[in-house]
Formats: sequence, C-alpha cells, structure tokens
Amino acid sequence: MAGGAASGGSVAADTYAKARHWLLAPSWLVLGFFVFAPVCVMLIYSFLTKEFRGGVIWEFSLAAYDQFFFDRGLFGDAEPTLQWTYISVFWRSIWQAGLATILSLLIGFPTAYYIATRPEGSRAFWVFLVTIPYWVNLLIRTVSMKFLLRDEGPLNELLINIGLIGDPLHIINTNLAVQLGLFYSYLPFMVLPIYASIERYNFTMSEAAADLYATKWTTLRRIILPAVKPGVIAGCILVFVPSLGAFLAPDLLGGAKNFMIGSLIEEQFKGNAGNWPFGAAASMVLLTMVMIILLIFARQQRRAEAQS
Amino acid sequence: MKLLTTSAMALALLANTAAADGELVVYHWFEYMPAELLEKFETETGIDVTMDTYDSNEAMLASLKAGGMGTYDVAVPGDYMVKIMAGEGLLDTIADGELANKGNIAPEWADPSFDPGRAHSIPYQWGSTAFAVDTAAYTGDIDTTDLLFNPPAELSGKINMLDSQGEVMALASLHMDIPQCSSDRDQLQALNDLLQEAKTHWASFNSDTSREVLVSGDVTVGMTYDGFAAKARAERDTIKYAFPTQGYVVWMDNVVLLKDAPNRANALIFMDFLLEPENIAAVSNYARYGLGVTGATEFLDPELATAPEANPPATAGKGAFIEVCDQETQAVYDQIWTNLKN
Amino acid sequence: MSANTDVKTYTGFRFMTILCLVILYAPLAVVTVYSFNASSSITVWEGMSLRWYIDVFVGPESAKFKQAAFNSFSIAIIAASLATAIATAAATAIVRGGRYKLRAPSLGLITLPIMVPEIVLAVSTLIFFNSIGFTRGYLTILVAHTAFCIPFAYLPIQARMQGIEDTYEHAAMDLYATKAKAFRRILLPLMMPGIISGFLLAFIVSLDDFIITNFVKGAGIETLPTAIFGSVKQGLKPNIMAISTMLLGLSVVMVTISHFVSKWDNTK
Repeated sequence: MAGGAASGGSVAADTYAKARHWLLAPSWLVLGFFVFAPVCVMLIYSFLTKEFRGGVIWEFSLAAYDQFFFDRGLFGDAEPTLQWTYISVFWRSIWQAGLATILSLLIGFPTAYYIATRPEGSRAFWVFLVTIPYWVNLLIRTVSMKFLLRDEGPLNELLINIGLIGDPLHIINTNLAVQLGLFYSYLPFMVLPIYASIERYNFTMSEAAADLYATKWTTLRRIILPAVKPGVIAGCILVFVPSLGAFLAPDLLGGAKNFMIGSLIEEQFKGNAGNWPFGAAASMVLLTMVMIILLIFARQQRRAEAQS
Repeated sequence: MKLLTTSAMALALLANTAAADGELVVYHWFEYMPAELLEKFETETGIDVTMDTYDSNEAMLASLKAGGMGTYDVAVPGDYMVKIMAGEGLLDTIADGELANKGNIAPEWADPSFDPGRAHSIPYQWGSTAFAVDTAAYTGDIDTTDLLFNPPAELSGKINMLDSQGEVMALASLHMDIPQCSSDRDQLQALNDLLQEAKTHWASFNSDTSREVLVSGDVTVGMTYDGFAAKARAERDTIKYAFPTQGYVVWMDNVVLLKDAPNRANALIFMDFLLEPENIAAVSNYARYGLGVTGATEFLDPELATAPEANPPATAGKGAFIEVCDQETQAVYDQIWTNLKN
Repeated sequence: MSANTDVKTYTGFRFMTILCLVILYAPLAVVTVYSFNASSSITVWEGMSLRWYIDVFVGPESAKFKQAAFNSFSIAIIAASLATAIATAAATAIVRGGRYKLRAPSLGLITLPIMVPEIVLAVSTLIFFNSIGFTRGYLTILVAHTAFCIPFAYLPIQARMQGIEDTYEHAAMDLYATKAKAFRRILLPLMMPGIISGFLLAFIVSLDDFIITNFVKGAGIETLPTAIFGSVKQGLKPNIMAISTMLLGLSVVMVTISHFVSKWDNTK
C-alpha cells in the first residue's frame, strides 16, 4: 500500500538493494508482532458474537457489521433501513479532521519555511521551540484551551477590548472549538516533516527563478512546493489520520454532544455498551476508509509523476 | 504510600524479613484513599501494597475481562458493577466468619440488593448524584428534575450533564416516573423522545470538569455528585445541591474480593482494616462522602455531618440505586444512549 | 547582491510563525499562571501561592508522580531511540532499495499504527499480549511504545531522504568507498535533520500517550499521562498545572543549554 507520494522517490535508487532485507527485518518483526497481529485479532473479533457487558463469544456473526450499516429501529425489530447515524459520525469526523489538516497546513507551512530559512545555528532552537509545548500533557493543554475559548475567557476579552467585536464569540462547545483543538493537538506533526523537507531545498533554484523574473509567489507555487511535496504529504497524513480517531478535543471542547469516531469506538470498549465486535467492526471500517483514501491519493501521485 | 519499583527493590531487601506478611494488589480509583491510611495499614500488618488505578467502573471491567484477572486481589466497583461482576463470575465469595469485622457494617448496608448478605463485598463510600445550581444566577425552585429535562427558557444552554449513561438514564427514568429497567415499549419510546428534546437545552456532556464549569459560571445547572458539589460550594458559596422531589440517584462504592486473587488472605485483612470505624472515617474525611460502618461518628470531621449535601430535606424524593438490566432491555437503553450522543 | 536573502523571505511568513508560537504557548501561559493559584480552582483566580509546587514535592501523591515521571521519560527516550533506528533502516531500504515486491507492503505495515484508532490498538494489544503470556509491566509499555512510534519517526526521515539525490553516494562509491561507508559518512549526515525530526516526534508521541499505556501497563506502574488522567477524574486541581509548568521549565532549560552547547561547538 502506498502512502501517497511516500511511494515515490527515484525509481533507479537501489544503492542498498542488497541489504534491504536486513534493513527491513527489524520493522517487520516489531510491527508484525505488536501491531499487525493485534489488528488481525480485532478483525477476527469483528466477526464474532458480542458477550454481554464486554468480551466476545467465539461464534461467527455478522451482527456487528449489520448494526453498523442497518438501522433496525429502537427495539431492533423494525424493517432494516440504511443506517445513516454511524455513517454520519464518520462523515462528521472526516470533515473535522480535514479542516484541522488544512488549518495546520496554512499555519504550519509558513512556520516550517520560516524556521528552515533561519541561520543554521538557530534552526534547532526554533524546532525545539515548536515541540516543547508538547511535553505538557495533552489533556492539560486541551483543558487550558477550553479555558481560553470560554465566553468570558481571555480570548473574547481581548477581542472585545481591542474593539474587533461587540459581543463575545460563542466558540466553546461548537465545531469551531473542536477544529481548533484538533489543529492544536497535531500542529508539530505538520511542521516537523515539512521543515525536514524544506531544509533540504536548494535555494539556488529560487535565485534562478528570480533571475528569470518570476515573482516570489510563483516560485513558491511552481518550484518550492513541488520540491517539498514529500514533507507536506507526510505532514498531512500525520495530522489527518490521528485527528480522525481523536476524541479528547471533541469531548472537552465540543461538549461531547456528538460522537466522533474515536468516542464511538471508545464507548464500545469502555462504556456501558460493551459491544466489542461492534467497536471492532467500526475500527475496520475506519481502517478500510483510510486505506482507500491513501490509495487513491497514491494513484494520483503516480499519475502526476508519470506525466512530469 | 510505598511505590512500585521501590517496592520491587524493597521486596528483595525484605527477603530476610520474609516472614514479611507478603503483598497486596489493589485496583482502585485514583485519589480515593488517603496515603496516610495506606501507610498505617502497611505498618500495622507488614503487608506491601501495590495500587493500580482506573477512571470508571466500565474501564475496570474492560481491563479485568481483557486479562486482568489473577493480577489483582481487590477492586472498588460501584453498586451496579458489583452485581454485574458477580453475574460474570469475577468475584470470590467471602465465607461466614472470614471477616472478623463484618459485624461493623451498618444494618442499612448489610444486605443490599446488589450483593445480598455481603457475600462478595464490604461498603466503602456512598453518596448521591443529582445536580447543583448557582442560586445567584437562577432564583427559582431548584428541587426538581425539570431543571435538567424540561428547563425554563433562561436555563437553556446553561446545563452540563455527566457523561455517564447509567446516571443520566436513571435520573431521566425518575423524572418520568417509570421503572428503571422498563421493557414497556411506549415508555421507552417516550424516554427516547424526552432525552432528545432535553438535549437541545444542554451545553455539554462532561464528567471531568463538572465541578469547574459550575465554579467558573460557564453553566448554571450542573449534574454532579454530592461530594463535588460540596467542593464547588467551598469555592462559590451560591452553589446549592438540589434534592429533586422526583428522586435522585444514590450510589455506593464497595471493596470486592476478586476471583483468583493472588493474595487472598491479605485481601481479607485489608477488608477487615477498612471495616474499622477509625480507618473508614479517615477515608470519608478525605473523600467527603458517607460511609457504611457503625461507630464511626466520633472519628468524622464534624463539618461532614452538617453539610447540606449530606442532609436531604424532607421534601426530597427517594434515593435510588442504578439498576442492572437484562441483556435485551439493556440493548434498547444502549440504543437510546447512542441516539442521544449522535 | 542582496538577492540571496531576498529570494528566501516571504512576507507574512514571519507573522505566521509568530502566530503559530502564540497559539502553541497561550494555553501554556494559562497553565503556568494557574499553577500559582491560591485556591484549588482552575478558572477563578484567588491570589498568588506556591502551595501546589510544595504539594508536588512533599504532598501525599508526590512519590507517585515522581515515579511516573521517571517511567514516562525513560520509556520515551528508549522507545524513540529504538523506533528511530528501526525507521532509519526501513527508510533506507524503501527509498534506496530499488523496486521489489515487499516494498509497498512494508510501507503499509509501517504506517499501520497511525491508521488504527488508539483504543483499538490498546485493547487488541492487551488481548494479544495476554494470549502469548507476556506479563504486563514496564516492558510491555516499552514494546508497545516502540512499535507505534515507528511511523512517527519514519515519515520525516523518508521525506528527507527522498529529497537527497543518490549521486553523492554513487560518487563516493566510484571513489571506492564501501556501501556501509557511503551510508555512514554521506547519507546519514545529510539525513540528520530528518532523523532528528523523527526522533523528536516519536519522543513526544511516547511521552504523551495515554490510552495504549493504560491498557498494557501492569499493576503498579504509572506513566505521567496515566497518573494525570487518573487525578483529573477526581477533579482538575492546580497541582497538575504545577507539574506541567515544571516540565515546561525543564524543557526550556534543556533547550537553552543545547543551544549554547551547539553555539560553543560551532565556534571551535
């Protein structure tokens, strides 16, 4: 499975071809055992029968997927209709995650660029500056953000004081708060990969473009961006995917009134529902969806590369 | 409280004091037991205590079912969870006479519906769940569940609910005066509709910050526990805990003996220890909840006895435990809750 | 000609960076300020006090938090280092290993941890560990962390590597350097920013992880997030803010030191 442009890279690059099996072995071992095997366990669980109050009974059943896709009414015996509730939960999460990704890209890209163009010695310092806030636990930071965004919180007070708005903005417990929270949670995951890419970029190309009378913004669009695409893609993936499964920001900042995928699944394993196969099924759907998105993306990438 | 890796080293050292009466592994809520009390236990008995924590009854159950059995000696589930765990075969039975202090259990808690005859558990702490109101912001009558489920216009958008299916549904059932595990379809449909309508007036579902949002004034009505309400009142004295005439939820946390407990004898010693009035009073003074043992009044903080949160007025409705439903009914309640959170 | 710096600067980018930093640090300012709160509220200010800092060091829960902090940091360092090493090797094989059948699946496997919701990974890992008899404890946390940190370390490294043309290594090998030497002395240094980015990301991810840790840790082991989360369930108090502020202070100190060290190193 190709993760976007991550599958790219010079076709002829086979410098270390001979050693590749040894190089890959550690990752296969560690990930095979501690990620792939457990995920397979989950896949199996999604086809089992749920045990009352958590756990599974080793009997094959499609009930979990049925519950996901079909609505059989409050009492479970109405005519099955297509279940939009869970699909809308997924859609809501995708939309939130997407917005958060765009937001982090808009702010993260210039930041990464700026840092990469600082003098050599101070770059590490800036990078650390961006990552340090993440040493503080996410729950604490999210709660603090909640405090900031309150109707009577500092943000509103500031905006009112400088006269931008008259009444306080009601941000807390809305979707906007959730997006801000998600964006805040994963910002360095956008900045760091882009920074690594831009740092490698050869600025003589920009100079050449300037000599040819290209404006700076054209240079950005047509030369720099394509050159640092791998970093941008990595950043987007690292923000989008975890945002899909997040539930801290939606719960604390959005008021927990609407399930996100993460909270829906968590409720199955930790809440009263205790419906493990359903939680597993929902996770499988999530996984499949993400893979499809990334596959489409990869295919587009390959097509674009073939053209250039 | 002795700690983990330090206990590992301590155990190695204690190898010669290996008459050392061994270990105890406790599965508990965080910050629900004062450190000094644990130290007292360790000094008195020589038993080394390791404590692991969880943040909800359901999380504890999930963890035990996913492989935690055989690791822990005792846990501290809530009332309905004791019944559930017993039904799942996760609890060990305490035979008659194994607990020396069993007679200390207060009569009203000696034979609860969730554990007849106290075969598996002893009382730990108990309290109530209702809601608290900032009386500075709302001057009407607060002792009614209408404030949560049928609020006046001025309270709309200023209400926080606990993110807990059991408690919300129980309160809603009390509000509608229907039995908690009702299987009557009309009642269930009405319950579903009531909750959907009430949700439009709720600001959020939040358990972690249920106290904070009241103190800061973000909400005027906040569903919360009596202990949290007392702490909120300490910071904002206009906050008042309500005792609805329709009734409210009562809960009791209990120490249970787990099946396959690796240190069963020590677990029983621990439970006996907590049945001593002086010791359990120390817990109450720390956690600010009620206890279930006789003869403890002299050890209690006098403030606890007079606190309004512990003294329901005569107009208050009945306190009700959360009930445990059978599988089919539970499925409907789960569906109602999912509809609510969607 | 000043065209050199001119070509690099873009208007508004500096502003964005400052904005970014303000956004990142604003909630932290709140945390820091309220850690000095005299009351136990986190929204209502009641005056200055150091009581929470004292509480962290000598209070009833202090030993627990100290142990938890130690566990968190040690696990994060070890897991991030292992993950980065494994990721670097894997990136070399994928980006510079030619085309082969296992390539795409390898990439898929590496990015798998990010795509699976944490709660799912947590429960399934616990069940899996149980079935193979891996007793829960420090080691289980370490192993689980190493595994899910790999993709976080991997992506920046790969991104970086893709931007490096392999002409350098070929040139080195034309000059009779072995592949290992070419790797060590040419590719590795060029990749450093990517590796460091990867390590940093992995470190943060491990330090902050709660869900997976909570399920796979054994009795009696706490990491900082699990200790904090548990404490929060009893109501968020400023002592947590105090811990966070101290963590923040520690990292600022470390950064400043490393900054000066590198400056000193540069001037040598």
